[in-house]
Amino acid sequence: MSEVSGAIRTADEFEPNKATAMENTKISADKVQVYYGDTHAIKDVSINIRAQTVTAFIGPSGCGKSTFLRCLNRMNDTIDICRVEGRIAIDDEDIYDPKVDPVQLRAKVGMVFQKPNPFPKSIYDNVSYGPRIHGLVRRKSELDDIVASSLQKAGLWEEVKDRLDSPGTGLSGGQQQRLCIARAIAVSPEVILMDEPCSALDPIATAKVEELIDELRENYTIVIVTHSMQQAARVSQRTAFFHLGNLVEVGDTQDIFTNPRDKRTQDYITGRFG
Amino acid sequence: MSEHTVSAYDQELTEIAGKIAEMGGLAESIVSNAVSALITQDLVLAQSTIDRDQRLDDLLHEIEMRNVQVIARRQPMGQDLREIMAATRIANDLERVGDMAKNVAKRVIAIDSDLKSKKLAIGVEHMTELALNQLKAVLDAFTRKDAEAAVRIRGQDAEIDAIYTSLFRELLTYMMEDPRNITQCAHLLFCAKNIERIGDHATNIAENVFYMVKGDHLLDDRPRMDETGVEDKESV
Repeated sequence: MSEVSGAIRTADEFEPNKATAMENTKISADKVQVYYGDTHAIKDVSINIRAQTVTAFIGPSGCGKSTFLRCLNRMNDTIDICRVEGRIAIDDEDIYDPKVDPVQLRAKVGMVFQKPNPFPKSIYDNVSYGPRIHGLVRRKSELDDIVASSLQKAGLWEEVKDRLDSPGTGLSGGQQQRLCIARAIAVSPEVILMDEPCSALDPIATAKVEELIDELRENYTIVIVTHSMQQAARVSQRTAFFHLGNLVEVGDTQDIFTNPRDKRTQDYITGRFG
Repeated sequence: MSEHTVSAYDQELTEIAGKIAEMGGLAESIVSNAVSALITQDLVLAQSTIDRDQRLDDLLHEIEMRNVQVIARRQPMGQDLREIMAATRIANDLERVGDMAKNVAKRVIAIDSDLKSKKLAIGVEHMTELALNQLKAVLDAFTRKDAEAAVRIRGQDAEIDAIYTSLFRELLTYMMEDPRNITQCAHLLFCAKNIERIGDHATNIAENVFYMVKGDHLLDDRPRMDETGVEDKESV
């Protein structure tokens, strides 16, 4: 990667408008605040997320990493008491602009959740649902192609190609999660958000999903929230550490895990938080 | 630094640091005895020094095993990871220090005669003293996690190199004066080289201590000169 190492190290040093930092930026957040009623859940978070890069959000429970992730495709809109301030832009377009249709936005920014949540429909319908409702296809053959290629990209094709009509809920947990990833990529998103995608999976299914994340990085910008620091270290190139609603430190993953700058990061990754 | 949530993890790291300290103490004593044996031509002390080196090898293996277990069990990160890496490297250096001392002790037995020159003995003794001081200081720096001390210690190695170079020249002179001196002088030359190498290991340890504390490598900006008279700027 041709990036100036250490150019952006801490949230404090961060300058969102610096030309050099913007070059490869897919998502740019500037002074984002999130409130749940009176609770200030995200405090003044500014971060640039690079294209075709896996960025991991880590931090203790309740630190705001999932809340912030959900801001990136406006999932928080569905929560009445939730209020988001500041600017979040994808490809320099403000996603909170009143002109933006959240449904279209979520097609562009797909999401995979902690627990695999396939629709109670066939494997084929699970994957074809998105392209159909978004009107991305006109002919059945096109839909067949999208289903096949999405399942291939998700590394599930070989395992399910002979039983596309079986229910998605009948697959194993790991297969269900890869089905959800196939469903997410079927609508050709540019960004994929993953909220602890492996926490309900066994180590082998986890390894398959991690392998998949690595392959998907070529074509997508991926942001993953994970409680497993080893997973963050394995799959991501950039890591951001959140604590009590603050973005404490963001940097190259290898630096964060071998030589973090902030004491709070150091305490968290080494297992010293009381 | 505050303690780990899992207290057994702290215990494991403390024990590894304790083993390093034990290796360090043993290495110092072996070096000191080997050189005493050389100066006083004490063959019994020389032999016991050779035997004691085995304990250093055993400790090295024990530390390596413990480190592997901590890595497997805890997946250390950040400072902990660097501490484990540094401990592995430092243990290796200390084991090598023991080998150097053992080699000196073996040569005591090979020489098996009084030293020809009082001046040479004083030179070797002085160099050993400096090397041992370096070793002690660097092990203290490791225990205290003191990066500044490590930088200082690393800068002091030049003095040992200088004494070695002057001993080298002196030994050459003795050999030229009388070819019958050659056997003893050649052994002494290797002894001096071994002690000079101990200083180098102390320098390595200092660099590892710095990495352990700061997470960055010390830049290799000190030009080195040895008996060849050729300057070497290559990194260690």
